[in-house]
Order: sequence, then C-alpha cells, then structure tokens
Amino acid sequence: MTTTNPSDLRSQTQPDEATPSAHAEHQHHDARLFGLATFLVADGMTFAGFFAAYLTFRAVNPLPEGSTYELELVLPSINTVLLLVSSFTFHRAGRACLADRPQACQGWLAVTAGLGIAFLAGQMVEYFSLPFGLTDNLFASTFYALTGFHGLHVTLGVICIAVVTLQSRRGGAVSASSPFGLEAAELYWHFVDGIWVVLYALLYLL
Amino acid sequence: MTVADPSALQPGLQPRGWLRYFSFSLDHKVIGLQYLVCGFFFYLVGGALAGVIRTELVSPIADFVSRDTYNEVLTLHGTVMIFLWIVPVVNGAFGNYLIPFYVGARDMAFPRLNAVAFWMIPPAGLLLISSYLLAGAAAQSGWTAYPPLSLTTPAAGQVVWILSVLLLGGSSIFGAVNFIATVLKLRRPGLKMMQLPMYCWAMLGTSLLVVLSTPVLAGVLILLSFDIIAHTGFFNPALGGNVVVYQHLFWFYSHPAVYIMVLPAFGLVSEILPVHARKPLFGYTTMVYSIMGIVFLGLIVWAHHMFTSGTPPWMRLFFTIATSFIAVPTGIKFFNWLATLWGGKIALNSAMLFSCGFILNFVFGGITGITLAQVPFDIHVHDTYYVVGHFHYIVYGGTVFVIFAALYHWYPKFTGRLLNEDLGRLHFLLTFIGFNLCFLPQHWLGLNGMPRRVAEYDPAFTTLNQLSSVGALIMAISTLPLLLNVVVTALRGQSAGDNPWNALTPEWLTSSPPPVENWHGEAPLVTEPYGYGHTPAESGR
Repeated sequence: MTTTNPSDLRSQTQPDEATPSAHAEHQHHDARLFGLATFLVADGMTFAGFFAAYLTFRAVNPLPEGSTYELELVLPSINTVLLLVSSFTFHRAGRACLADRPQACQGWLAVTAGLGIAFLAGQMVEYFSLPFGLTDNLFASTFYALTGFHGLHVTLGVICIAVVTLQSRRGGAVSASSPFGLEAAELYWHFVDGIWVVLYALLYLL
Repeated sequence: MTVADPSALQPGLQPRGWLRYFSFSLDHKVIGLQYLVCGFFFYLVGGALAGVIRTELVSPIADFVSRDTYNEVLTLHGTVMIFLWIVPVVNGAFGNYLIPFYVGARDMAFPRLNAVAFWMIPPAGLLLISSYLLAGAAAQSGWTAYPPLSLTTPAAGQVVWILSVLLLGGSSIFGAVNFIATVLKLRRPGLKMMQLPMYCWAMLGTSLLVVLSTPVLAGVLILLSFDIIAHTGFFNPALGGNVVVYQHLFWFYSHPAVYIMVLPAFGLVSEILPVHARKPLFGYTTMVYSIMGIVFLGLIVWAHHMFTSGTPPWMRLFFTIATSFIAVPTGIKFFNWLATLWGGKIALNSAMLFSCGFILNFVFGGITGITLAQVPFDIHVHDTYYVVGHFHYIVYGGTVFVIFAALYHWYPKFTGRLLNEDLGRLHFLLTFIGFNLCFLPQHWLGLNGMPRRVAEYDPAFTTLNQLSSVGALIMAISTLPLLLNVVVTALRGQSAGDNPWNALTPEWLTSSPPPVENWHGEAPLVTEPYGYGHTPAESGR
C-alpha cells in the first residue's frame, strides 16, 4: 500500500525547491516564463473576444448612411513595419544580453523602445487625422477600443523596456546569468506585435 | 536539506500567530485560509441578501422592500455568492492550501502573485457592498448585467459593479496562472501526472477554463463601461449596437464559470470519498479524461443560455447537442463516485454526509440541466424559477455542500483539532432539509410560469413561495451549528493528531497544522494517493 518509498527520498536536484531561500526569492526561472506565457494566453483571449465582437458587428449591424469601413492605409502600414522591426531589434537585444555584451544589449533596447514610441506617435497622428470620433458609429467605437487597448499594451511594453534597460545598466538584475526580466519583456513584446498583425489585417485590410 | 527557524525565512513578512492571517503572507496555507475566512464572511453577506429576497417573496406584493431595492439585492446576492464566496473558496482556499502538498512542493509557483491575487478580493468585495450603501447607487441589472437594462439602470452603481467584477476576475486569472504553473512545473521529481490526487487535475482543468474565458468577460465589461461612461453604442440598439454580442461574450465566460465553480468541487469530493469509504477512487483515468472532456465541452456550449435571443436554428441544434454531451463525462464521474462507495467501509461522518448530499443534489441539478438544454422545453421555462432552482441545485446543492464536506474533512489539517460530529450532523440535517425545501418548489413555480427577478408575483404562487422561504429560513438557521462548532472546537476541541482519518494523500503525511514549508524533511513521494484496503498490485492502475 503505498506512499513513501525511502529510496525515492534522495535529495532533490533542483536547488530552488529544496532551499528555504527559494520560498522568499521564488527563483523558479522556468516557471516564471511559463507563467507569463499562460498569462499572455489569457490576455490574448481578451483580444480574441474583441475581435469576435468586431467581426460580428461588421457582419450583422449595418453602418449608418455616409459611414465607411475604409481607412487610410499608408501610416498604419508603416507602423506595422516599425513594430515588426522592433521585434527583430528586441531579439538582437536578447542575444546580446546572453552573449554578455550589456552595452550592445542596451543599444538594441533603446532602438526597440524608439520604434515603440514612433509607433505610438504614428497612432496618435492617425487618431487626430481620422474623420470620425469615438461615438460616431459602431465601427468607430470598435476601432478606437481595439487600437486603444493595443496601444495601452505597447505603452506598457515601452515602460518594461525602460525598466529592463535600467536593470541592465545597474548590472546584476538583468545580465547574462539572470536574463529573466529581459526574456519576459521580449516575450511580451513579441505577443503585442503578433496581436497587432491580426488587428491590422482585421481592421485595415478586411 | 534543512529548514532552519521558519521565521528567519521572511523577516518582516511572516508574523507568527493569528496576526499572520491579516498580513501580506506568502505562505500558501495562510493564503488558503485567508480565502476561506474571507469567502465565508461574504457567504454570510450573500446569505443575508438571500434572506431579504425570500422575505420579500413571502407575499405576492412588494411590501418588505421596494422594487428597485429588490433588484439591487438580487444583483448583489448573485454577484457576492458567485465571485466572492464560491469561486474564491472552492478554487482559492482549498486550491492554495492543498495543491502544493499534492505536488510535493513547499509553496505555490509564485507566492507573491498568490498573495496579490488574494488581497485583490477584500477591496473588491467592500467596493461592491459599498455601492449598495450609497443610496440608489447599487447595480440593479442582475449578475448578468444584460444591456440595455444595465445601460438604463443607475449608472454609478453599474460602474462600481463592473470595477469590482474586473478586480475579482483579475484575481481569478492570477490564481489560475499560479495553479497551472504549480501543477505542471513544480511537481516533486519522480511524481507523474497520472499519480496526482484528483483535485490537482480538477484545478488544472478549472484554471484552463479561467485563463481562456475570464479575459473575455473582462473585455466585454470594459466595452459595457464604455457604453455607460463614454456613451459609445456597442450594446445599445438605439445607437446601432448589438445586445446579442454582449450575451455571447458574457456567456462565453459565464457558462464555463459554472464549471469553474463545480469542477474543483468534483476534485474535492474525489479526495473525501475514498478516505471515508476506505476504498481506492474508482476509475482514476476515466476521471481525468472526463475532467478534460468537461473543460473542452464547457467552452463550446455557452449559447444554450440564449435560445430565446433570436438564435438561428443551426446554432440551437449545435448547442443543444453539445450541452447534452456534457452529461457523458459528468455521468462517468457520478458512477465512479458510486463505485468508490460500493462495498466500502463507510464512515457516515459529517464529511461523508455532505459528500453524499452533494451526489444526490447534483444528480438532480444535472438532470434538470439536461432538460434545460432542450430547446422546446427551454423556451417554455426560460427566465422562470425553474432555472433558478436548477442553478441552485448545481452551485449550492453541488458546490456549497462540497465546501462544507471539505471543511469537516480538512479542519483537522488546518487547526489540529476535530470538529464536533454531533453539531456537524445537525448542520448537515438542517442544510439538507432547508436547501431542498427552499429550491425544490421553485421548479414547480417555474414550470407554472413564475418569472425570476421580480418582487411581485401572481397570488396563485403564494403557497409554494412561502414553502421556499421557510426552507431559506432553515438554511439560515443551519449556519448557527456550523459557526458554534468552529468557534467551540477552535477553543477546546478534541485534538486530532496529525492524521485523524488515516488518509494517504500527501497533506496528511506532515504535522497538523503543517510547518511553514510543509514538510519536516523531504517531501514524500506519494504515487498511490488512494491505495486503501489492498496492495498496489491489485489496484489495476
């Protein structure tokens, strides 16, 4: 009947679970990235709900006379390219960090943050040049809600990059030996990027 | 491996004694009990609100409270009971307390996130209740907050309601991320998934549902708040919006929410029955597959709440069939529990009585659920008391009975003392009689056409309503032996020893109450958590 086999009571190989300090520091490196990924699945479901609502509105609820789904394409397309490039630059930052080249890492991070800010600026320019406001019609409301919610994510991403850059400069908190903060920010950034691609296709191209 | 003085681990963060239950403790056991006590407080609040509802319904006219107040009370009753009592307790309380033991860990994967998730609940709850105290400001549109009703009732209360539910949803998502990471990533070396106690599987399935569906509710409530605050028209037909989209997104969360409330209860009862029947859990593998089957089916049946919302025929057909299919994995679990009891050496104590009460109530609630999945019948009873009766057989007769069973079962683990069995049996008897008297007549009321959510009704329904209210009174009284029991035994109860039930699951293989990091030495490797009354070779697993 069961339970404890003494031969299995060998000391555990993972020091995080076995040492008391693990409780306070909770250095479960793998679990942390895994946890973030799980959370991003949840975040993605929020967007999925928005997209589903948008597509249903579009299929079922006709727009009032004189309104259109047409949007200006040049600026958002440039923005799309900016975000895609920023994913690449973030990836380079991550590799530089792992290769123990903190200066290069910080450089790539700065480029990434710059691209993110340029994206947000482009978004603002687009907002102010659009012919419709938040409450003009159902498409207008959905457009601002979706792009706004995404823009909020980009803003948070830029803040994360700033924090990670600071941690990398001070050394220790983000470095080749403890890259978690950087990896987490990178995973998040790629996620926000991926959401934008779907959003761009659905809102601008459809 | 040594655990030194536990208090040295987290200086300043780990006060000793009862004060630690009011602190930002990172200990999963403290957090679990915080969830439990906090949830029980809100159970009393929600129960008092239910008392107002049933008192009002004693007579066919709105004489006890005004119609608007009645609407506020029923909205808060539903919201408090679901989001502040059942979900936090059956997931947060028992999940946090038990899961680290079951996977052989010293804490959850993210202790700090865990504490944050708990401490989001009391402010959210107080926020919700405070909206009621601001006269005329509480939400009045029911726990579903359907627009356009939620757009036309007082806006302040509705916005506070949305804020509160968003906070509670966030807490739920953080908790779910933690459970998934703990079960999948923190298992003791050598422990396989198919050796885990069933509650781990139930929590894994539940957490998947939370992660996949709760964010959709958050999204739709954000859009609803836009409609209220910024006067957008997402769900406002007058502005070209679409109310049915709200219903779809709302039920995409709120149907799985029923499984978020009952799947953990399935898990807990699967832990309790084998211990008190001294038999292995019957059909472990089928239990696991049926949990995952329920998770999958639970995500694709939401529109059965919307058969009267102009749903097209193909959609009705699909959702009827999918919903009926859920009876298969659920039925498998029932027969497994009955087979677990069959021929067992059954101890008819309070934990077992509440578990058996659960089986009986839940079979009944499950069968009325199948009837509701059938379109012709559903159109007849939609929005009547039949639905109220069905729902309460699931969440009260099902989950709350299991919460009580779990309390009697694990109280010795929490405190080192046994709850008094005489008071426990009295508690069970009153709860069982009161519950059935309260909710069984509601099925007849619904079949005869009494609509839900109204303060006034046809005088022909008076007798059955009064019967139901008497049942509610007995349920209120049933809380007294429980409270008395908890207080008296905490002060001078019979000492339980470390393992009063001779149970084999890992939480009983340490002292009661357990030390800060759970184990005095290494975490034991428990590969047969249900190996009662036979040698492992005979178990067939």
